[in-house]
Amino acid sequence: MTTETPTLDTPPDVSDDRPDTLAMPKPQLTCYALEKSYRKADHEVPVLRGVDLEVREGEFLSIVGQSGSGKSTLLHLMGLLDAPDVGEIRLGDQRIDDLPERTLDELRNHVFGFVFQFYHLLPELSLLENVLSPLMIRLSLLGYWRKRKELREQAREMIAKVGLDHRLSHKPRELSGGEMQRAAIARALVSKPRILLADEPTGNLDGETGREIMDLLADLNDREKLTIVMVTHDAALAREADRTLELVKGRLVGQAAAA
Amino acid sequence: MYKLLLCLRYLRTRYIALACIVSVTLGVATMIVVNSVMAGFSSEMRDRIHGLLADVVLESASIDGHPDPEAHMARIRQVCGDDIEAMTPTVEVYGMLSFQYLGHWITRPVTLIGIDPEGKAKVGPLKEYLDSYREITDGDTVVRQPLRDVGVPAGWTLTPEAVAHREAVKLHELQYYREQDGETGRIDPSTIVEQPGGETRTAEREFDPSEFDTDEPGEENVADDAPTFDEPPFDPSKLFEDEIEEVDPTAPLRGRLFVGSGLVSFPQEDPQTGKVKTIVMVRPGDDVKISTVTSGRPPDTIHFNATVCDVFKSGMSEYDSSLVFCNLEYLQEVRGMLHPETGTRSITTIQIKLKDFKDADEVIAKLREAFPPGMWSIQTWEEKQGPLLAAVEVESAILNVLLFLIIAVAGFGILAIFFMIVVEKTRDIGILKALGASSRGVMSIFLGYGLALGVVGSGAGVVMGLLFVAYINEIEDVITWLTGREVFDQTIYYFPAIPTAVSVGMVLWVSFGAMLIAVLASILPARRAASLHPVEALRFE
Repeated sequence: MTTETPTLDTPPDVSDDRPDTLAMPKPQLTCYALEKSYRKADHEVPVLRGVDLEVREGEFLSIVGQSGSGKSTLLHLMGLLDAPDVGEIRLGDQRIDDLPERTLDELRNHVFGFVFQFYHLLPELSLLENVLSPLMIRLSLLGYWRKRKELREQAREMIAKVGLDHRLSHKPRELSGGEMQRAAIARALVSKPRILLADEPTGNLDGETGREIMDLLADLNDREKLTIVMVTHDAALAREADRTLELVKGRLVGQAAAA
Repeated sequence: MYKLLLCLRYLRTRYIALACIVSVTLGVATMIVVNSVMAGFSSEMRDRIHGLLADVVLESASIDGHPDPEAHMARIRQVCGDDIEAMTPTVEVYGMLSFQYLGHWITRPVTLIGIDPEGKAKVGPLKEYLDSYREITDGDTVVRQPLRDVGVPAGWTLTPEAVAHREAVKLHELQYYREQDGETGRIDPSTIVEQPGGETRTAEREFDPSEFDTDEPGEENVADDAPTFDEPPFDPSKLFEDEIEEVDPTAPLRGRLFVGSGLVSFPQEDPQTGKVKTIVMVRPGDDVKISTVTSGRPPDTIHFNATVCDVFKSGMSEYDSSLVFCNLEYLQEVRGMLHPETGTRSITTIQIKLKDFKDADEVIAKLREAFPPGMWSIQTWEEKQGPLLAAVEVESAILNVLLFLIIAVAGFGILAIFFMIVVEKTRDIGILKALGASSRGVMSIFLGYGLALGVVGSGAGVVMGLLFVAYINEIEDVITWLTGREVFDQTIYYFPAIPTAVSVGMVLWVSFGAMLIAVLASILPARRAASLHPVEALRFE
């Protein structure tokens, strides 16, 4: 509102990159003209000033930006944790940002997987329980009880995939940072999401561990064709993605090509 | 599923929540203990209050009474015979009991009830309260075995012990007066001066007025036919006109009494040992004086002597210190309640025992219809002791309200601690929401947590409360030992131990109430948790 904003009818042609390699994959998640501002004290602070974005199936997209550029907010909007002031978000052909609360909860559970900078594991639960938690949230008590063996197996597999199968019953505080982030990734993946949203997944880790996490993500993208959207302030990390966008002061500006 | 898991985990890992549990536990335990003790007291009190009262009492409005009890009882039976188990006619009149103790005359106002012990025993407990049927204990040691077997019906006879006591006293007196006579000669009637109390001065020198003419031991019932003091000059020879026969001086008098223990004994604390001893002033076999009024206009004072056959202790101090039972026929005789021609006896009261006290209201209604209200008052024992019973009930109601406030305080504790936990868990709530938990789901975590606290707290409270109640007397001993002060003073309460009564309903009520309060207290924090914005919650540090 404060700035001249691209309107809804702005065609998605703004979105980015050069005609890539093969046939262009279908856009999976599309954002149109997203605006979001936060109220601080008495005035509104605009965070996103009209962002158009297309996430394609199976791609590893990274969004770089400095602190305060609004990259986390963008990720939250994409993951339906917050609603945009203006603009819309579509999953495939369906607009999803204005759905009722219940549906949003379900979408968060089924479609998106989140990985946060500070891992955000539940401290009271063991690693296995943390990984199981999205499934527990999805199912009723009875439903969970009926399938508990199967689900546990599923969670164990996922934990094995991130290389933590020896620490199933450990509490988060007994794990190292890298292990916690792996656990968080396992938790994000256990519900078989279509899109993994990662907010500075290596931001809290040392170089070596960060490297491992990045490799894990790249591997997942490669092998499982998992769509990953990662935001980071680290341009070097961002370059590992297939495609990199830059967010400056609430707008997507440059597009860095994938390696 | 995650809700249950998290509830249980929070319950296990949040030690601050233990404070909530402890406060709920204490509240519940206190309520159970206090309610049990109150219920115990109140049922014990009811038993005692009921004690000597019959279920339903039909009372004449006048102390003159009405003649022909049989006709009245027939009428009652006709009206509601099906509900009635037993009836007994009695005479109730106020009077005074005088006896000598340590050389002083002690006079007490009493309610004098003429009964037929067998009839009275049918309408309520009587024997159970009589001293001779009871063993006397001091703490745990039995001081005296019962003098009479339970199978023996209550009657106006003296126990061998009482007879022995009486003989000893009488013979001692006879001895004394013989010696006196030897020294000072016979009492000169002219020295007898009228006293305002109706007693003659000679009596001061006597143990019992009935004995005052010791060389004529055949007399008894000196005061029988109302030797009123308002007819001077006093002529002792008149007294012996009706009945002069040789009787054993140690034989009991015609008037026989059961006297309330509170009237003739008092507790005294031994200053050395601190033990409370009961000092007995009159024991079975002794003679006492009764003063009351005759029937008829105007009522005349009458005095008569009677032998105490037994002392009763119902545990209800009001009764024990005001009631004196007398043999009915004799009381009717001395009060002039016999029709001079027909010999029909009058009674003032009919005591009725019902088959089932639940029917009391019905019976009362029928009786009130049958007996005109101006002449008869018809009441259940509960109505007669209404204020006392109501007081007990009101007391317990007020106490309950106050105690429930304790649990309410625990509720506010939960509220505060839960707000704290919600703040502490803000980020976790954000995570749960990011993982797809609904607001309702988050809310139910905290509601469930509150319920879990309530369940655990009141469960522990029930256990603790019941244990406390079960061992309350032992606990009292320990507290007494620790503080050096008697918590439960038997001389005040009359109970040998703290009475308790646990009712399942009360326990359920209290524990459900506590759980409800715990859930109610967690509603606000739970709503707050539910309304947290996921992004803000995630950012929360």
